[in-house]
Amino acid sequence: MSSIEVSRRALLGGMAGMGIAFLGRAEAAGASLAGRKLVIVICRGGMDGLAVSPPLGSPDYAALRGAIAFAPEEVLALDGEFGLHPSLTGFRALVSNGQARILPALASPDRARSHFEAQDVLESGASTAYGAETGWLNRTLQALAPGRVVEALSVGATAPLILRGPAVSGSWSPGGKASVSSRLPGLLMDLYAGDSVLGPALAQGLETELMAASARAAASSSVAMAGTSVGEVRRGTTEATTLGRTVAGFMVQPGGPDLVAVSAEGYDTHANQGRVTGALSVRLAYLDGLIEGLRLGLGRTWSKTVVVCVTEFGRTARVNGTRGTDHGTASTALLAGGALKPGGIIGDWPGLGAAALFEGRDLRPTVDSRSLFKGLLLDHLGIERKLLDRQVFPDSTSAAPLTGLV
Amino acid sequence: MAGAASEMKAAIAVTRFGLGARPGEIETALADPERWLEDQIALSDGGSALSETTLTGQRMEALRRYQADQVQIQKSGQGAEQVSEQLRTLRRNIQSATAMDFIERARLATATPHGFRERWSLFWSNHFTVSAVKLSTALLCGPYEKEAIRPHMFGRFEDLLTAAIQHPAMLLYLDQTGSVGPGSPAAIRLRNRTRAAREAGLNENLAREVLELHTVGVDGGYLQKDVTEFARSLTGWTVGSAESPDRAGQFTFRPSTHEPGVRTIMGRRYAESGLDQGLGVLRDLSAHPATARRLCFKLAQHFVSETPPQDLVGRLTDAWIRSNGDLARLARTLIRSPAAWRSGAEKLKTPYEWLVSSYRAIDRQPTTYGQIAPTLTALGQRPFYPPSPEGWPDEAAYWAAPDAIIKRMAWAERFSAAVASRLEPVAIARSSLGARMSSLTAKTIARAESRSEALALLLMSPEFQRR
Repeated sequence: MSSIEVSRRALLGGMAGMGIAFLGRAEAAGASLAGRKLVIVICRGGMDGLAVSPPLGSPDYAALRGAIAFAPEEVLALDGEFGLHPSLTGFRALVSNGQARILPALASPDRARSHFEAQDVLESGASTAYGAETGWLNRTLQALAPGRVVEALSVGATAPLILRGPAVSGSWSPGGKASVSSRLPGLLMDLYAGDSVLGPALAQGLETELMAASARAAASSSVAMAGTSVGEVRRGTTEATTLGRTVAGFMVQPGGPDLVAVSAEGYDTHANQGRVTGALSVRLAYLDGLIEGLRLGLGRTWSKTVVVCVTEFGRTARVNGTRGTDHGTASTALLAGGALKPGGIIGDWPGLGAAALFEGRDLRPTVDSRSLFKGLLLDHLGIERKLLDRQVFPDSTSAAPLTGLV
Repeated sequence: MAGAASEMKAAIAVTRFGLGARPGEIETALADPERWLEDQIALSDGGSALSETTLTGQRMEALRRYQADQVQIQKSGQGAEQVSEQLRTLRRNIQSATAMDFIERARLATATPHGFRERWSLFWSNHFTVSAVKLSTALLCGPYEKEAIRPHMFGRFEDLLTAAIQHPAMLLYLDQTGSVGPGSPAAIRLRNRTRAAREAGLNENLAREVLELHTVGVDGGYLQKDVTEFARSLTGWTVGSAESPDRAGQFTFRPSTHEPGVRTIMGRRYAESGLDQGLGVLRDLSAHPATARRLCFKLAQHFVSETPPQDLVGRLTDAWIRSNGDLARLARTLIRSPAAWRSGAEKLKTPYEWLVSSYRAIDRQPTTYGQIAPTLTALGQRPFYPPSPEGWPDEAAYWAAPDAIIKRMAWAERFSAAVASRLEPVAIARSSLGARMSSLTAKTIARAESRSEALALLLMSPEFQRR
């Protein structure tokens, strides 16, 4: 569109000298990822895997879950053991097409049941809390950078740890409009020359704004908000779908991001988490809408995409005294995308018997989150095993890549 | 005539320890910057003029009426459209209380001559975070700060901790109100009646966050069993219901839901003593050296640097331990520590701090919630809505996402365009940054092509973004 071309020229003119450093990837040589994309959705708060994919076939399920146990007719059928939460209709349809699978007992190496520690470990990729200052997606960018042109993007007004680090990544959230035609950005770039935080942030932000302007032409954006009434939930889901489409709009542009991190909040369900309706059902409807929006917006690129939804920890196997669940250990990961190989559940299912529960209270993990991520980075993005073991996930040789998913 | 060193000190006092300079404020601090700060260690403005938790009681009553009205409207037999319209109006009305609380606090922050006192209050309110994620807590965020935080923020830490934990806002936010001891009289009665086999009642959310976030921290040496034991000792801590007239909507201890028995938490035994059992745990957690170390580090991190100087943290920790957590003493120690005054502003202002300091720079106040709330939300700091019980993060990396910096720039442009026509930006730059302003920033502002561009440049300059 011509108006965008005009502002791009104005921007480059206003920031001569500075512009090249951060727009430099256009000059970088080498092959790209041949269109392969990876989207990581972080469900913050501790998503209750036993509600996402209720193991109705487990004999202990109903007794443990009490007031929040699903009846067989309330869930979307998956296989003999598992159902899917009724909010996940879009995801269920993808399962039918062989484009979605669940991994029912995933956990990071952290066992402290603290949101902050567990999110830190999940996103930093370290084996212990506060073991790394940067995020593993950022280190993935660094691992890819030598020979390849790669762009990353985080969605949300604030920068998540998973993408933080020396490799430059963009961030974007719905609703931002900057007048890139004014003199202000150029003058500020001069003032920020000595500021290691503000300088790179502004530079990257200006570039992303240009991409957003053209992505908006494809899908008008608005902010997804939490709602509770039926109308609000429907609107929220529609907005989540729109958000997914808009993000996809970025991804399919020439030079658009290949690695994307999305933060989804509100999964900390200590009280009244609900079943078919209720707090968790709303969040899962949004998540379902987001995945659907990505699929629609990516078009042909969907066949080269993997979307992974993970959480920092699962929740207690037992319902608590306030019809909710407390911080636990393993949870379900949702995988979707046209690049996935069809198949059943991923990883072993430990069961819910008294002896099987971790510390007598939580679902026991059977797959380390690093194994899942490493498997995808190896098979999908072609990153060498030795970089994965040492650099992207430091000291992780013991967590072998979970291969064969794509 | 004051020397260059004391001019720098005055500028740091007002901008790093305070909420940004109003015109003339740096000059006021110039005579004795430390003294200017110490004089703010007192409780007054912003606290509740009402006793105890009166305001909270009123809000809880309003919530009860709201819920009753909701039922009334739903049962009224009107058409669906009329019902939903009335419900919307009802909800808007009750939500306006939260908006009023927030704008009241923002107006105080933009006008107060006691910027350090206000920052101290923000720090402790954020340390003991309550978020407006539920309607009940949304109605109580404002009263909570006035009733639990401000009256105790220069007192003993133990009293502040107890007031925060017992406030209905916290009890509701961290799901304590429904936590019932499985062996308590109430749970046994319920089991006998319904023969329900569920493991009745415990919710460990509050206990875990007190340990992890409010006191000793995740490395403080506690295990899962300590969390559960602590949760048991806190059973019975709840909010009085409408049926108990004297404690309605206020903290109350309900013996019938308290788990009886001796508790062992982090190696210490707590005899069965009802309410005092939980208070005893809070007392020991307050006195724990891990609490002192952790909070002093956090305080130094908040005021000075993400990697605070070791000697500053050491001095603060000494003061804490020697005074058994006297927070006025802690504030004085911070002010009197040379390391807290080192040059180079390392901390990026949060969106709220930045907006407040922008208004202060031009000596104005926001008048409506709508003037500031959408901007704060877009910048990642939705009013009264921190993302988790950990509160708002304190690192530049969190707030300086590329998207957020673009939005700061867009707001600075709009704000400046609206206010700059009758202002003198060069003078404002001098009065708001004082000796902290670099010659490059001064030159860039002086050469701006309009007053509006000059003011926007000031608000976006690295010196103004940082403190």
